[in-house]
Amino acid sequence: MNKPGLSHILTFRNTAIALVVTWTLLFIVVPTLMIAVVSVLQRDARTFVTPAFSLESYMALADPVYLKIFGKSFAYAAMTTLLCLLVGFPFAFFLARTRKRWQKPLLLLVIIPFWTSSLIRTYALIIILKANGIINTWLRAAGIIKLPLEILYTDIAVYIGLVYTLLPFMILPLYASLEKLDFRLVEAAFDLGARPVQVFTRIILPLSLPGIMAGAIMVFLPAMGLFYVPDLLGGAKSMLLGNLIKNQFLVAGNWPFGSAVSVFLTMLMLGLMAIYFKTMKRINTSVMEEA
Amino acid sequence: MALLKRSYLTLVYLFLYIPILVLIVYSFNAAKYATVWKGATLKWYAKLFENEMLMDAMVNSITVAVTSSIVATAIGTLGALAFYRYRFTGRKPLYAMVYTTMMSPDIVMGISLVCLFVILGLKLGFITLLLAHVTFCLPFVIVTVYARISGFDPAVIDAAKDLGAGEFQIFRHIILPMTAPAVAAGWLLSFTLSLDDVIVSFFVTGPEFEILPLKIYSMVRLGVKPEVNALCTLMFIFTLLSVIAAHYLVKEKTK
Repeated sequence: MNKPGLSHILTFRNTAIALVVTWTLLFIVVPTLMIAVVSVLQRDARTFVTPAFSLESYMALADPVYLKIFGKSFAYAAMTTLLCLLVGFPFAFFLARTRKRWQKPLLLLVIIPFWTSSLIRTYALIIILKANGIINTWLRAAGIIKLPLEILYTDIAVYIGLVYTLLPFMILPLYASLEKLDFRLVEAAFDLGARPVQVFTRIILPLSLPGIMAGAIMVFLPAMGLFYVPDLLGGAKSMLLGNLIKNQFLVAGNWPFGSAVSVFLTMLMLGLMAIYFKTMKRINTSVMEEA
Repeated sequence: MALLKRSYLTLVYLFLYIPILVLIVYSFNAAKYATVWKGATLKWYAKLFENEMLMDAMVNSITVAVTSSIVATAIGTLGALAFYRYRFTGRKPLYAMVYTTMMSPDIVMGISLVCLFVILGLKLGFITLLLAHVTFCLPFVIVTVYARISGFDPAVIDAAKDLGAGEFQIFRHIILPMTAPAVAAGWLLSFTLSLDDVIVSFFVTGPEFEILPLKIYSMVRLGVKPEVNALCTLMFIFTLLSVIAAHYLVKEKTK
């Protein structure tokens, strides 16, 4: 048998495979594994890590100081997800009920702000919210308030910033599932004497569950990582998981601990995705059974 | 109901657009700090073009965005084809990995890449930024193009094969023309993702190579000059035009 020549190995097929496999392995798989390894190493002030096994970082995760940050970060992200859902659901619903030829342009209008730098938009919020900013100037000019409202550098500002940045990520999946919803079902339910609340909880909500879950994941996870939003809008008081990871890496130089937090965040993501796919599967099979 | 619907939609659009409109209006405001309107001016635009630091950062940002989006689109398109058409070891787990990367928080990718670069001994700057941007754009291109390929009638590819077309010819004459809208969409998405990224770039770039979002980030904390409003306005108009252009390009192609 002939040895395969170079021209045989360098086929188009092999090049395509090699390119994507190499890139994914080198820049996605290897770095992910490295973080997992670093998280169980010992800290070293000079070279960042020493090759000695230690569960120190994971033990530190249970420290009340950090538990408090986790709790707070969760609360921020959960509240942001809820707010996005409350604002986004009626929006997506109305959008899905608009005339077909208007839907595409209206949807494009939701996406356009997302194409501009979110940092720039966060900065625009500062102009609006600050003590001598637009809201306060107008309210004072109208004589509604005497002293400026303190909005910037509070939790309210952080929520406004997070919802503002992440709202499109909630609207898009919600719209996708509401648009597919067959409204004859809603009409049928009304004809059979269902009350509006029943129609909502029994028909609209279950049928849009995949969209709600997808949107919740798309908002919840980034909400914990967007360190620049609390940094700029909340002053130094508020801390997200993202701020913690960033500070552990860049300020404290504690790589193992920063990695441990990041592993934790990755696990959380995988958990949420597993729940999502399981629910989707259950919905699909229950639909099949009913059909 | 119609009135409620219309006013609610308008309200949310106002929430999304007011900050952008404020920036645009402010970029023409003669007053430097006050929130009052002191007449229209173009002086901040003139100052912007004199501000070398900002202009350098903008050029750097655009260079990274153009290069990384092109590389990501090239590898991603070939990758989508490989994942769809070829059978190789680790195909499924790798595709799952690509998919998960798209969902994973930016900060996780940022720190894992900075670990890799430091251990490899790469100097943080243009090259590391480029590698990182290609990496986070790649999954979006792969998934977009893959979705389009799997919508094809596979008989077309089989027919070409029966008629003696090689793998490259199939790619060049069938897959590429048919996936063109998805490839264009993937490229545009990559370009804007790269231009917009703050979190990953924050970790993987060095002090010598500053890009616009990070420059603005450090400026916002120290107090922003009105030139930044002018810059943001220009960037907004630029992205708006390219999105509209891409929209029409894709439309033309699919006709």
